[in-house]
Amino acid sequence: MPTSTKLYGTRLTALGIATAIVLTAAFTLAAFYAPIEADQGFSQKIFYVHVPLAIVTLGGFVFGGICAIQYLRSGDPRHDLRSYTAIHQSLIFCVGALLTGSLWAKAAWGHWWVWDEPTLVSFLIVFLLYATYQPLRFSIEDPEKQSRYAAVFAIVAGAFVPLNFMAVRLADPLIHPRVLNTSGGDLPGDMKLAFYTAIVGMTLLFITLYKVEMTGKHNRAQLKALRRKLTGDGPAIGGRSAAPRVQGS
Amino acid sequence: MSDNLPDNAGYVAAAYLVFVALLLVYFAILAIRSSRLERELRELNELAAARQGEEQGT
Repeated sequence: MPTSTKLYGTRLTALGIATAIVLTAAFTLAAFYAPIEADQGFSQKIFYVHVPLAIVTLGGFVFGGICAIQYLRSGDPRHDLRSYTAIHQSLIFCVGALLTGSLWAKAAWGHWWVWDEPTLVSFLIVFLLYATYQPLRFSIEDPEKQSRYAAVFAIVAGAFVPLNFMAVRLADPLIHPRVLNTSGGDLPGDMKLAFYTAIVGMTLLFITLYKVEMTGKHNRAQLKALRRKLTGDGPAIGGRSAAPRVQGS
Repeated sequence: MSDNLPDNAGYVAAAYLVFVALLLVYFAILAIRSSRLERELRELNELAAARQGEEQGT
């Protein structure tokens, strides 16, 4: 019987350290290396936290959709768990992107929110769409049905994300800047360095937290299975839950 | 805002604080979950040790 209480691997520790280093480097570059933008002044520094958060959010939603496709193809509940975790986490990043965006809007345009701006409204629609994911799961009691319906939702919503992104690109911007375009964006080199470092850092943060969540869920499932084995109880009949049921070892 | 700080520094600080606050809340939740797991693991280890003792006694 193992006596160690260490629940996380060394690879995860290394990933966590790398995330902390890259994010710290990104924010240091943003604060001290990237120049102050001529139009917006100092408030443009919010860009280095807001845009990476938004990009990683959308990437996470698409990843959730891809995992859902894998679930429907294979029926393997691990893919459902991956999809659930990615979407759950992207939603938290989405809250961060909305809050930081709102602060930036107030600083730059004098308003907390601009309803005429397609970029802002479309991002809010994506957030509200995914906010229904958990209630959808929770409303279905049968775990298999829950996973299947949630996968269909994740695929449709995941496909909506890039379509929505492209539609917004085609629309005329009102005031929200277009940072990334086919010619590589309008950012000067020193801003680009800070920005891309921030994107890498935020992606690493997403991956680290995703791995922590997955490890935690597996550990909990294994402990439950071990408890059942030791106490001689039958299979657990869990109450209704939005989270997928993880199989123990 | 102080004269030494650039314009809108408060909003910039608030945006980065929102990010840090979200992270801290997340870490706090993770820490609570982790300590719960460790407690459960300890209980199971004790249960297993007690079982082993009983088996050796019989």
